[in-house]
Amino acid sequence: MATHESAAQESHAHAAPQGFIRKWVFSLDHKVIGLQYYFLALAAVFVGMFLSLLMRIHLIWPAVALPILGDIKPETYLTLVTMHGTIMVFFVLTTAPQGGFGNYFLPIQIGAPDMAFPVLNMLSFWTTFLGFIVMIAAFFVAGGAPLHGWTGYAPLSAVQSSGPGEGLGADLWIISIAIFCIGALMGALNFITTTLDMRAKGMTMMRMPLTVWAWFVTAILGLLAFGVLLSGGILLLMDRNLGTSFFVPLITMNGQVTGHRGGSPLLWQHLFWFFGHPEVYIAILPAMGMCSQLLSVFSRKPIFGYKAMVYAIMAIGFLGFMVWGHHMFMSGMSPYTAFAFSIMTMGIGVPSAIKTFNWLGTLWGGRIRFSSPMLFAIGFVSLFVSGGISGPFLAQPVLDIQLHDTYFVPGHFHLIMGVASIFGIFAATYYWFPKMFGRMMNEKLALWHFLFSLIGTYAIFMPMHYLGMAGMPRRYSQMTEVNYLHDLIGLQKFITYAAFITIAGQLIFLVNLFWSMFKGKKASDNPWEATTLEWTTATPPPHDNFGGHTPVVNNGPYEYSVPGAPRDYVMQNDPEIEPAH
Amino acid sequence: MASFTTTATADDPRISGGGGILPPVVGGGGDDRRGSGLPDYATRLRRARLGLLVALTPVIMLFVSFTSAYVVRQGLPTFDPRTNAMVHDWIPVALPRLLLINTGVLVLSSLFMELARRQIKGRAALAPATTTQGASSGDQVLIPWLPITIALGLLFLFGQWTAWKQLAGNGFYVATTPSSSFVYLLTGTHAIHLMGGVLALLVAGVASLMGRSLMTRSIVVDVTAWYWHFMAGLWIYILCLLKFAS
Repeated sequence: MATHESAAQESHAHAAPQGFIRKWVFSLDHKVIGLQYYFLALAAVFVGMFLSLLMRIHLIWPAVALPILGDIKPETYLTLVTMHGTIMVFFVLTTAPQGGFGNYFLPIQIGAPDMAFPVLNMLSFWTTFLGFIVMIAAFFVAGGAPLHGWTGYAPLSAVQSSGPGEGLGADLWIISIAIFCIGALMGALNFITTTLDMRAKGMTMMRMPLTVWAWFVTAILGLLAFGVLLSGGILLLMDRNLGTSFFVPLITMNGQVTGHRGGSPLLWQHLFWFFGHPEVYIAILPAMGMCSQLLSVFSRKPIFGYKAMVYAIMAIGFLGFMVWGHHMFMSGMSPYTAFAFSIMTMGIGVPSAIKTFNWLGTLWGGRIRFSSPMLFAIGFVSLFVSGGISGPFLAQPVLDIQLHDTYFVPGHFHLIMGVASIFGIFAATYYWFPKMFGRMMNEKLALWHFLFSLIGTYAIFMPMHYLGMAGMPRRYSQMTEVNYLHDLIGLQKFITYAAFITIAGQLIFLVNLFWSMFKGKKASDNPWEATTLEWTTATPPPHDNFGGHTPVVNNGPYEYSVPGAPRDYVMQNDPEIEPAH
Repeated sequence: MASFTTTATADDPRISGGGGILPPVVGGGGDDRRGSGLPDYATRLRRARLGLLVALTPVIMLFVSFTSAYVVRQGLPTFDPRTNAMVHDWIPVALPRLLLINTGVLVLSSLFMELARRQIKGRAALAPATTTQGASSGDQVLIPWLPITIALGLLFLFGQWTAWKQLAGNGFYVATTPSSSFVYLLTGTHAIHLMGGVLALLVAGVASLMGRSLMTRSIVVDVTAWYWHFMAGLWIYILCLLKFAS
């Protein structure tokens, strides 16, 4: 035992902290940092949801004064749109699946005692946290938060006098994004180095769980994408504050010549979307990995086509960098260029279809256990397909020109990028909660939460497709007085009611989460009878993850229902199983 | 009151639970191509170098983005209200000759950085791991390559600042023309990155004064050296871009 302990101390770069500050605040432990990311995202998601609720209220009752905010002006509505989108994309969809669960479970799943660079890991979180604080601060400065949308299109975003919120609020918005980029880059560095260099003996790349593959490829995407966004942010700040003209042409604004000349708003769009489209996959790939994992565990079957799943993740990641132009069909790009982007975009359907086929193949003939993580994993597949199917519509320039500025687009991206990813986060929360907190979540509450979430999501976002096809434009704050849209207001009201009910359903999750932390049923070390390494160690895991040992991996990650095995699963560090003949 | 914990101790009997088998530490390297997983010198060095390689990727992406913006902006016509015609507003900046001298300083510093890297690596290789707490390698007088490199790095930064003042003296400010905007942008961003390298070398120096192990300092210097060489190469690229693509 003494030998093992000394080996563990050697293999773990830092000793277990004792004080509260070092243990829970400035912790170097990847598990604590993972929890910090998770709770940051949880706070952010409720801020983002609150903003969306204000939007929904204003859309159907434009004359109603809201508490604190009072009367909502059109520009205030745009501020809500901007901050909702930004907070959700950066501080929820990017933060929770990668920073939260990735930090907590990637090292354990590959048999490592921690991340490769624990100090950098801590800095990564606190940088992200600072970015969030700066973002929220934009609400409270003179002029308020910006109104240029989460895409920050120039010249609106590049000229301080372009509107309320485009002064200091917009500067804070850009600085926050830049800070977030730096934090995300530090995180990506750790994820990649840890995966490549710290796998336990026997943990070959092709024995890694699909979660690890997803986090790994996501980190590569982040590494390539966030640097580009950072460059755009720097240029934007220079345009706004130093008088340069990277993105601003010769224009007048509010009757005044701005003093800029020669810049190109399209240059910003190219830089932004070169980041922006991979960002979609940064949000969704971890959820794909998590759900692949869960479908196998709760079907009691090996994942269907493991290698195909790995190559599909890589293909999606690669193609994700080839398609940014499909966000710019409206910009007047050459039809030949648009055609190329269109073909590449539809090409992404191939690996996506492979993944969907394999998920269904995994479910087919399985002994399915409808536990709460599985419900959300199946819900993810449903949302991914439903949201994905409208992708090829928008991938075609002629259709996109009709649909681009309508509600069709929010309907599409909320399903596939937003809520599908959120379902991945929920699935992962229910799945790993016992390992993280040593207790089980309440399954009945989870079932209600699932029903509210799934039905509510479809009730909110499916009608948006119809609104879009009927020609209702997005980003407008008041449409109740527009004659040709009058017949669609009823559907908008339905969406708002659905949003109220769905958000109320999330309170069930919140109650379940915190109640279960303290009062939930005690969890065993492997309550789901899963095979990957996190289930071989104590619940919750010790400081060095494996209590003085380093696991040796002998099996793949999805060995379920193995013929001749003493039980219906073989763990990754069990003695090697005979290959089936 | 019930509570939860997120850690367990090493002697927790549950640690061997879960149905798995936990053999003692036998090393890492998932593909069985590498040696021990313990963070010995070689492992730490390899990991740090890998980390650096990964960290350089976004730096490359940052400058690739600036380059693409540079090329695109250079070719953009702008509307001239006096003539009602589209004209090009790209006026090339006459770069100060001082930048060439600065380039020489940075290349020289890179050379000295390499000598510093080899010096400390040699010392680390000679010194047994158990006796490296603040160790020196005997009576041999060592040329202080590291301080010389830091001094040259600071000289380069001062030279860049002076070049900025010369540019301003010639009437080229940040917003004067698109090309001057890029000169300030590229040189400034490069300088900030180089400051990171100087800071890392200062950390290595402070680590030496604080008696940190030779191994640790060796790793810091090694990784910083590769970063420094990259910065030198990047600067030559930037200079060529500004000089020949304007």
